[in-house]
Amino acid sequence: MTKQDQDAFVVFDRVQKSYDGETLVVKDLNLSIGKGEFLTMLGPSGSGKTTCLMMLAGFETATHGDILLDGNPINNIPPHKRGIGMVFQNYALFPHMTVAENLSFPLEVRNMDKSEREAKVRRALDMVQMAEFGGRRPSQLSGGQQQRVALARALVFQPELVLMDEPLGALDKQLREHMQFEIKRIADNLGITVVYVTHDQTEALTMSDRVAVFDDGRIQQLAPPDELYEAPQNSFVAQFIGENNTLEGVVQEIRNGVALVRLDDGKIIEAKPVNVSSPGERTLVSIRPERVEFNKDRLQEGAHTLQAEVLEFIYMGDIFRTRLRVAGNENFIIKTRNAPDQRRLQPGEMIDIGWLPEDCRALDA
Amino acid sequence: MKVTNLLLATSALAIAASAAAAEDMTIVSWGGAYLNSQQKAYHDPYMAMNPGLNIINDDASAEAVAKLRAMNEAGNLTWDLVDVVPSDAMRLCDEGLAMPIDFDKVLAPAPDGTPATEDFGALLVSECFIPQIVYSTTFGYRTDMVGDTPPTSVCDVFDLAKYPGKRSLQKRPIDNMEWALYCDGVAKDEIYNVLGTDEGVARAFAKLGTIKDSVVWWNAGAETPQLLADGEVVMGSTFNGRLFSAIAEQNQPIGMLWDMQSFDLDGWVIPTGLPEDRLARVLDYVRFATDTQRLADQSKYISYGPARASSAPLVSTHAELGIEMAPHMPTDPKNASNTHIYDYEWWADNRDDLDAKFQAWLAQ
Amino acid sequence: MSDTTHTGPMLAADGSPLKRSLERALRRQKLRALALIAPLLIFILVTFIAPIADMLFRSVENEIVSETLPRTVVALKDWDPTLGELPDEAVFAAMAADLQEAAKAKIHTRVGSRLNYETPGISSLFRKSGRQASKWDLEKDGPFKDVLIKSEKGWGELDVWKTIQVYSPKYTNGYFLNAVDLEKTASGISPRDEDQQIYITLFLRTFAMSIGITLSCLMLGYPVAWLLSNLPSRSSNLLMILVLLPFWTSLLVRTSAWKVLLQQQGVINDVLVWVGLVANDDRLVMINNQFGTVLAMTHILLPFMILPLFSVMKTIPPSYLRAAKSLGASNWTAFWRVYFPQSVPGIGAGSILVFILAVGYYITPELVGGTKGTFISNRIAFHISSSLNWGLAAALGAILLGFVVLLYWVYDRLVGIDNVKLG
Repeated sequence: MTKQDQDAFVVFDRVQKSYDGETLVVKDLNLSIGKGEFLTMLGPSGSGKTTCLMMLAGFETATHGDILLDGNPINNIPPHKRGIGMVFQNYALFPHMTVAENLSFPLEVRNMDKSEREAKVRRALDMVQMAEFGGRRPSQLSGGQQQRVALARALVFQPELVLMDEPLGALDKQLREHMQFEIKRIADNLGITVVYVTHDQTEALTMSDRVAVFDDGRIQQLAPPDELYEAPQNSFVAQFIGENNTLEGVVQEIRNGVALVRLDDGKIIEAKPVNVSSPGERTLVSIRPERVEFNKDRLQEGAHTLQAEVLEFIYMGDIFRTRLRVAGNENFIIKTRNAPDQRRLQPGEMIDIGWLPEDCRALDA
Repeated sequence: MKVTNLLLATSALAIAASAAAAEDMTIVSWGGAYLNSQQKAYHDPYMAMNPGLNIINDDASAEAVAKLRAMNEAGNLTWDLVDVVPSDAMRLCDEGLAMPIDFDKVLAPAPDGTPATEDFGALLVSECFIPQIVYSTTFGYRTDMVGDTPPTSVCDVFDLAKYPGKRSLQKRPIDNMEWALYCDGVAKDEIYNVLGTDEGVARAFAKLGTIKDSVVWWNAGAETPQLLADGEVVMGSTFNGRLFSAIAEQNQPIGMLWDMQSFDLDGWVIPTGLPEDRLARVLDYVRFATDTQRLADQSKYISYGPARASSAPLVSTHAELGIEMAPHMPTDPKNASNTHIYDYEWWADNRDDLDAKFQAWLAQ
Repeated sequence: MSDTTHTGPMLAADGSPLKRSLERALRRQKLRALALIAPLLIFILVTFIAPIADMLFRSVENEIVSETLPRTVVALKDWDPTLGELPDEAVFAAMAADLQEAAKAKIHTRVGSRLNYETPGISSLFRKSGRQASKWDLEKDGPFKDVLIKSEKGWGELDVWKTIQVYSPKYTNGYFLNAVDLEKTASGISPRDEDQQIYITLFLRTFAMSIGITLSCLMLGYPVAWLLSNLPSRSSNLLMILVLLPFWTSLLVRTSAWKVLLQQQGVINDVLVWVGLVANDDRLVMINNQFGTVLAMTHILLPFMILPLFSVMKTIPPSYLRAAKSLGASNWTAFWRVYFPQSVPGIGAGSILVFILAVGYYITPELVGGTKGTFISNRIAFHISSSLNWGLAAALGAILLGFVVLLYWVYDRLVGIDNVKLG
């Protein structure tokens, strides 16, 4: 174990999980989560993120490896003794109990006396601004209200670790954004550790201290949101997080931290080698749409440019989204801010586009 | 247009249906081996004589009384002839659901010209009832479970010390009450006088009470042969024909105890309210099916005695097994040395009352 | 602007009151809906409501006496049975006239059968006297007191006349009284002789055993339903087939199979003797008693418990149990506090279904119930098919129906019928 592991609050140590004995849904997972950290597991469905959460909660057992909580292995501790709060995808509020009874339930099973229970329930309801709703049944609440109650219930017994399984999936966009902020605020105030599972990258980026991107049973990248977005480690992350333009080609040579890539149509561009190492390797060059420049004045001196044909222009209010044909790729997107001096490209127009070499990342093909 | 067509079609169907009904005759009986004997002895030859006629069997005799009443109330009589026991025949007769019969007019005389009333004699127990066969409710016992001294008296049924084990009895007061009183020392001709008093009823129940814990009560005639075959009971009452087939056809280790066998009859009733043409057809069938030869023929297939005196000499061998049938008839002199004939009239009056008492006694 | 000051009813665009337009619009919808359910409605009316109404009517109907013996009924009105004397000549003469007329129409034996249910002997009294009645000359043969008593002794018995008087009215509560072990006598209502009391015992037994059957169905069915709703669909489909399998075999076959299994020389006893758990001469009695009935009926009715339970349990998401456990509840607490309360509607539906079916069952108790395991329905069946006492059968049936409705009402008050879910 490394020093960092010992400081960590939650540790997955070479964890594997298989349901059928033939295929692994979680492959050799190593992950340390610090105390007070807000960590999001992000990935497409079937990537293993929910399985990891369920193993941490105790509803699934690891086929191999250890999970440590506060330094202690918890593989053999049943879920109800782990003391982990959990918010479920559909809230799982008990329909036959009132809101107050739902909140009181975890306190009752801990044999807390009545007055203490009532005080804690009131405090938890206050925290989520649901104080007046204690006597209601869950079915009498709106989705957002149910969400708050579910949050309060997971927190009322003061767990140090709270797991959230796509808690905002059932809410509409506006409410979801509001709740993202609210969950983040409460988590910060209480100083609890949160492991949050979602397939919504915006949610992951806005809320998390760190994001673990899952695919194919592995963590593809574990990084703070900005790093994840701006410096994806491989093409999966690049494509999964945010919008991304890709161009395919072969590495010509790598020199001084710059790779020369010959695109499939023969043009040569410069890119930052991320996980390519030797000439001759196929690569996927990735450029964010907002980092593409077509205004010659703003392009760096001597920057490589490519010719592009404008195919489509879409007005989106705050930004313009323009689709181009570049080096055979007809889905090359550029995004420009709707500023007074911004030029609106016309379909059929031929332009030159370019970018900073460090914004153009040569990734695995 | 459409409506007229529809009406035409329906009336055509109705005509077709009634035409078919003229060709069909529905006869209600008990099913099983008994129906088989009737089919072979009566139905098949009669249909051979009347090519256009089709006899439909309905195995509903067990619910005949209730169904005839329901048909009568609904005004939709679908049965032409019904096979019942005399007690049911009397109920049907009392309810006006079965037709009174002028026996000498309806039934064929014996081959020697003896009128039907004389040939059937005392077996004409109700004016609506045309007897076919005499059967008896009697006991069978497991020959391998009674040691070297097989039971010879009906009172052995009440002797748990001599013949330990269970016995099966029919779940009704009839027969059982009489046997109980007989074995409690009541003279045969005094049985109904005694049973007519509260003390007599109590006495019969007391006697039955001595074996109550060892009794398996049956409802269907097939139960006792099965219980005997399984060794569940050491002895049990049932219809003699059932025991015959268990012994002769299935080779079960069962012996017959004929002592105090309770004679009963089975025969036809004609429902009241048949339309003219159907009635004529039924009367023709009945005249054929109850003549001397036909009744004798039935005994080739089942060990029940023909109800006509003139049929007795014609009883021959079993149609398939080839064995002499006479010794297996309840009416054979060797089997009928000590018999019990129950009083239909008395039971008609007291059946409901005693049944209530019997059920209450069972539930105690 | 005028709309806001308008105080009368709201008007539709054409000026007619809005309510009436709405009604007219809805009426057509209602008529169409009615037309759609009409076949079912007619079917239920004919096959369900009408027979029940008929049964209720039969349980009090008694017109046969006053219709067959109109003169006697009138003449008997003033007779005081408590004096201990036979009715006077007028009554006997009326009876002779009624008998003669009834015998001519061949309906005298029916009234005899009817009255025989109340007093044994009346059946043959009417049958025998009916045969002689045609010979009587009503003008000359009097006094008929002597004629009748000479023809049949029974006419000289007080009980016969008391019975005719008590059962003179067109409607009677006599069947209902009989159905609860009471009887209607000339001096009022009195309990039946102890050796004839059976129905209260049977009612109580039927209810007690039906509760037993319901409970054992619940205890056996709950875990099965839980498995059904929580297993992966392949295994649960297989299990569902096993649950439904009994429906594919005839009821009689299944019941007979229980006989083969349970009888003293049966499979289970043979195995127990072979293993040495039971001595050969001390084999267990498992059939022809209450145990046999409860066992066989539990087997037969189990699917009716499992299916409603399953359909309710299937709708309970597994996340509730997980949530409860994550909140610190042990497996048992999570089940008892969270899962069980949500399965109560299924328990209610299954129990009501099984109980009502059990209360009315008669084939199985008849075959395996022996003497102590039979139900009230067996007596109802007996009175329908054997004794033809349909009035009593109807009264027993009406009481049974009344109890079931009462039970339903109590359930509604205690649990709420809205809480019953069949799917």
